Amino acid sequence: MSEQNKKPLLLQGNEAIVHGALVAGCRFFAGYPITPASEIAEMLSVELPAVGGTFIQMEDEIAGMGAIVGASLAGTKAMTATSGPGFSLIQENLGYACVAEVPCVIVNVMRGGPSTGLPTSPAQGDVQMARWGTHGDHPIVVLAVSTVMDSFTITVKAFNIAEKYRVPVIILSDEVVAHTREAVQLPDAKEVKVLNRIRPSVPPDWYKPYEGDARGVSPMASFGDGYRHHVTGLIHDEMGYPTQNPQEVEKFHKRLSRKITHGFSEIQMTNSYYMDDAELFVIAYGSVARSALRAVQDARKNGVKVGLLQLITLFPFPRRTITPLLKQCKAVLVPEMNSGQISREVQRVNQGRCTVVKHNRIDGKFITSWELYHRINKMIPPA
Amino acid sequence: MNTASMKTEQLETPDRYEIRFSGSGGQGLITAAVVFAEAAGVYDGHQVCQTQSYGPEARGGKSKAEVVISSQPIDYPKAIELDMLLAMNQAACDAYFFDLKSNGLLVVDSDLVEQHPTSRIISIPFTAIAKEEIGRELVANMVALGAIGYLSGQVNLDNLEKALLARVPKGTEKMNSKALGRGIEEAAKIDLDLLPRSAMSDEDDEV
Repeated sequence: MSEQNKKPLLLQGNEAIVHGALVAGCRFFAGYPITPASEIAEMLSVELPAVGGTFIQMEDEIAGMGAIVGASLAGTKAMTATSGPGFSLIQENLGYACVAEVPCVIVNVMRGGPSTGLPTSPAQGDVQMARWGTHGDHPIVVLAVSTVMDSFTITVKAFNIAEKYRVPVIILSDEVVAHTREAVQLPDAKEVKVLNRIRPSVPPDWYKPYEGDARGVSPMASFGDGYRHHVTGLIHDEMGYPTQNPQEVEKFHKRLSRKITHGFSEIQMTNSYYMDDAELFVIAYGSVARSALRAVQDARKNGVKVGLLQLITLFPFPRRTITPLLKQCKAVLVPEMNSGQISREVQRVNQGRCTVVKHNRIDGKFITSWELYHRINKMIPPA
Repeated sequence: MNTASMKTEQLETPDRYEIRFSGSGGQGLITAAVVFAEAAGVYDGHQVCQTQSYGPEARGGKSKAEVVISSQPIDYPKAIELDMLLAMNQAACDAYFFDLKSNGLLVVDSDLVEQHPTSRIISIPFTAIAKEEIGRELVANMVALGAIGYLSGQVNLDNLEKALLARVPKGTEKMNSKALGRGIEEAAKIDLDLLPRSAMSDEDDEV
């Protein structure tokens, strides 16, 4: 009943991310405003102090990322939000968060790049950068939002994954999602599932900060809790001390990967539309998934057996969902506002099973539903 | 796998009504679209999607804002074929007229759009009304909003006013509300049945 009595809110994608972060328990934001992500910082600068949280506008994005790592180590859920140029700057400290296993959420509202690029235009050019932007072999979780409601729910999930697996989680939005306003009915905070990091229950003397439990995740003590431990960007042993011992180093890397691999069924999120009898399908993510859905529905009305797989999780790449579909269908269309950053992942798992057709826009314009509709019609194999 | 799926038997054709507010930066077109979307989405309870595109400049340059209204969740967030186009200058009218459905409605500011691409046009002096009757050129967007609200038939006009009053700065409520009311009045004078049908219309000619 309370649901029905509550008025919906007209929110931009960026504003919905803020609502999601607050419901998920985020109480710290540090960053630097940048189009098209500025609304996130702007709104949090008002909302965070109101709930006893902290908002800091830093001197740049390097410092912003550093500050959220520190805040998280001190026991607070923390996030930053930026766009392409700032996303470049956070990469070094993002690597630190990966190695030190610091839960945090980084929002990148993608705009045209490289460099200052096209500040007010949509793009999806940072997908592979989100995967490999920080150096070194590392697992990472990258989620893509496509609607205002998504921006809320996926932000909550991002915090939950960050806390549960002790990892940084990247949310990729884009200019279209960020600035589209939709009337949404947000759930009551009470009804939203929120996870918190596990804290150590052993006496401080017994605490091994990087030992890992059965899932590979270690309970996390906050600075000041009395659990003295060493945090470093160097590869370290289970006590947190730097090591070059090959066995320790390999064990460390394997545990970091295992945490994510064991969580695949929860982390790898997709939405599937009309795939049950599909002969062709589209793989899309972010705002482009909306154009694709419309195009698929229009083609279906024309009798084309086409479906859509919308990727919410881009990395770890949801191959276990995609592979059976590549076997089921004759061709797959991968539309992206870049030169083909997810289509290369599709080709990687496809291994020649299915015809992979790329559709790329790099002119700063949104991919329309009708261009995809025509593209789908061209893919129909001759009878 | 964590997959939500929709099956083929659930295929639907969502209804859509699409409006574009266009002109130059600084004319308040995005604000008008946001108020419209809020009235239709939050107060009337429809599904709405409001988008905009603009250049890096704060004033001048091209500006457009769109509202899509539906009873179903909206997939494609931007306009596909416009049911209604508001053009607040000649450049916008020229650029976007061809995005209008053949039976769609073109609404222009009579003083700012002098060359009409069609005789199927509704021309109202929004800016002149704002300047001369309300006393502020600034509220021309709200005069236009009133007209669009009335002519589209997509929004409850009382809710449009409520949404407007909730968005505008304190102290300007009376002025904005008057501007909206004037737009509605002007639009109410127009008999849509007297508009010529589009030459491109698919409808059969009357015998």
